[in-house]
Amino acid sequence: MKHLLSGNEAIARGAYEAGIKICSAYPGTPSTEILENTAQYKDVMYSEWAPNEKVAAEVAYGASVAGSRAMCTMKMVGLNVAADPFFTAGYMGVKGAYIVVSADDPSCHSSQNEQDNRHYAKAAKVACIEPSDSQECKDFVAFAADISEQFDTPVLFRVTTRVCHSKSLVTFGERTEHAPATPYARNTRKYICAPANAYLNHPLVEERLKKLEEYGNTTAVEIGLNKVEMNGKKVGVIASGIAYQYAKEAFPEDTSFLKIGLTYPLPMGLIKDFASKVDKLYIMEELDGFMEEQIKAAGIECVGKELIGNMYELNAELIRERVFGVKNPTVKPDVAPAKRPPALCAGCPHRGFFYTLAQNKNYVVTGDIGCYTLGYAAPLSCMDVCICMGGGFTAGMGMAKAFEAQGVTDKVVFGCMGDSTFFHSGLTGAAEIIYNNGRMIPVVLDNRITGMTGHQENPGTGLTLQGDPAPMLNVEHTLEALGFNPVYVVDPQDLTAMKNTANAAVADLKDGKHPAIVTKRACLLVKRYKFQPSMCTVDRDKCKSCKKCLKTGCPAIAFKDGKAMIDRTQCVGCTVCAQVCPFEAIYKEEK
Amino acid sequence: MADCKSVILVGVGGQGAILISKIMTNGLIKAGLDVKQSEVHGMAQRGGSVSTQVRWGKKVYGPVFGEGDADILVALEKMEALRYAQFLKPDGVAIINDYQMHSTSTATGAEEYPADPIGAMKKCFRTITVDAAKIAIELGNPKCMNVVLFGAMCDSLGVEGIDWEEVVKETVPQKLVELNVKAFRAGREAAKAGK
Ligand SMILES: Cc1ncc(C[n+]2csc(CCOP(=O)(O)OP(=O)(O)O)c2C)c(N)n1
Repeated sequence: MKHLLSGNEAIARGAYEAGIKICSAYPGTPSTEILENTAQYKDVMYSEWAPNEKVAAEVAYGASVAGSRAMCTMKMVGLNVAADPFFTAGYMGVKGAYIVVSADDPSCHSSQNEQDNRHYAKAAKVACIEPSDSQECKDFVAFAADISEQFDTPVLFRVTTRVCHSKSLVTFGERTEHAPATPYARNTRKYICAPANAYLNHPLVEERLKKLEEYGNTTAVEIGLNKVEMNGKKVGVIASGIAYQYAKEAFPEDTSFLKIGLTYPLPMGLIKDFASKVDKLYIMEELDGFMEEQIKAAGIECVGKELIGNMYELNAELIRERVFGVKNPTVKPDVAPAKRPPALCAGCPHRGFFYTLAQNKNYVVTGDIGCYTLGYAAPLSCMDVCICMGGGFTAGMGMAKAFEAQGVTDKVVFGCMGDSTFFHSGLTGAAEIIYNNGRMIPVVLDNRITGMTGHQENPGTGLTLQGDPAPMLNVEHTLEALGFNPVYVVDPQDLTAMKNTANAAVADLKDGKHPAIVTKRACLLVKRYKFQPSMCTVDRDKCKSCKKCLKTGCPAIAFKDGKAMIDRTQCVGCTVCAQVCPFEAIYKEEK
Repeated sequence: MADCKSVILVGVGGQGAILISKIMTNGLIKAGLDVKQSEVHGMAQRGGSVSTQVRWGKKVYGPVFGEGDADILVALEKMEALRYAQFLKPDGVAIINDYQMHSTSTATGAEEYPADPIGAMKKCFRTITVDAAKIAIELGNPKCMNVVLFGAMCDSLGVEGIDWEEVVKETVPQKLVELNVKAFRAGREAAKAGK
């Protein structure tokens, strides 16, 4: 029987079948569902949410050193965070299989850049594997595990949004266990990254790449990791990942294909042989010309990026258009749709915080990545910079230092981030603020969950990924322990309290203290908090059409026939609009 | 791919397009076809515009397709039909829910909600309209709007030999089978009238 699985579900199944024992991850689109799915096999496989990707990569690496097969997963920017252990693991090698899954996001569907993480495999000199559908996601995990152990290398398992989130049919296999062949024994020569050892490791790494390349030319073809499909002599295509599927669809049936699953190191012997058998050679890959540059450097004539470009996702239609110059006819209606941008949900606790800070034009808000990034958007328009997870505190620190240096005194910097982000990479930033006397106010927007990525547990929520109770790390106590004083805890939905707290913290800062703020209110989509929705209503007689309520950016408020109107299907009765209304025209309905 | 059919389902995050594609893919797999389905997670949930693509045939390669490739466009919200219209083949069919949801920009008056999206679509494509929200409310649960719409689209899929009502029964939660079968039948009837 076949199962319709997303690539992420299939990777989880593949980890199960390949006898992976330890899985660690930090959530991030498009990778999140992998660990949500490995968790279902908790009888034989341990799965956890780590506080961040570096931790996840290190936990999985430790498990490998102890002799167990291990996997960590992350979105592509997560590998930037985990790059340090990733590179050195590349030098030290593994004991149990060590698989690092990087989920890249061409077209930036939910990401801050479009980086192509295959470059990491090349830079760290480790193997890179790219599946192109769900069946391969499952099967290639087992190949990756075998390659990792056979060649003593971490394997970068690189997938992309359309591989992760597309569903296709998968045939299952059985799980095989891979207990360590010998009991654990200390091996300092291999696993201590001291310079003398690193020096000795480098030649082994270079040697390993040669062996891997040979494997790519031979065994990889036998097992179907690399695949030659000779159909004709005129045109040949070398493709990897999802681009293979698009190219299969766009090129004529007599096109020959070399589909590469082991994309680093490239099987140059195989490629040369394939190139010699076709008149014209195309390279089809999404994002950078990762294969193409290496193939061209090897003196093989081919075309690719100059036709299909190195930005955004591909599809068959785009390849047909850019390679063959044929475009599907399309019809466009003569009416254009209005924009429909994402917005903070009705009743989102983040709204009260941003609304309050937006009222003071001297407040500078350095933001971070999470649902609350939407605080930048109109009408709240309350964010100055957002660079990466953890940057909310520290970019704010830099701005505050620069204002000081410039003699600017009227600006007050608030650096904000969510609870999950605080435990991810806010702790070091908080230490920085205390250590270097930051004249800014850190704010943790604690909505009791990792919201943006779809509600994952984190060290502050009291539950593990596998659903077991866990100690609940407390944000305000942590800030106090780091030296912040006073630490205010406030309900951001109470606009008066929110404003008073911001004012008090500003006064503290002027007094030379180190204030911090924790806004605390659970995301209303978290089921275990049993949120009781209610309803706000506009008294049309009292409404003076001042549109102040619209400034909250609540998706439940609209203007109809010149007066405010609340959409009853969306309103949850948070009362932020009612508190904002100067005419008491909005009220909460009695139950 | 001559033997590969493509559908694009569009709407607003939270409208339940996923259930429609689940019913579709369950039926198509039962019929022994190769099936691929693609959706985007993440930002899309926050009241933004969302799209899901489903493809089937003897062999399907790409899980997503480009402009001018869809045989059918299904819109759970009528303005969203305009946003994705260029994905539809000129001779494709649009199935539109006569249902309006404001976006933050139209609710605040920053932009106008287009006056007649369905009329504009009708000028370009063969279009079937159903008021799935009204039907769902009449059946006592506005949430089954998506299954009404599936009923409305199923005969346009052009796949023989699938008992869609059976597939609906197998796909929806046990407790809601009765309601959803009614929703499915009502949608199917409405589509015949709404051509
Ligand atoms: C390095 C890195 N890892 C993961 C992500 C994906 N990501 C974006 S927002 C977010 C969660 C934020 O949660 P939280 O800070 O609690 O804020 P909330 O969304 O709940 O408001 C994650 C994991 C990322 N953007 N960067």
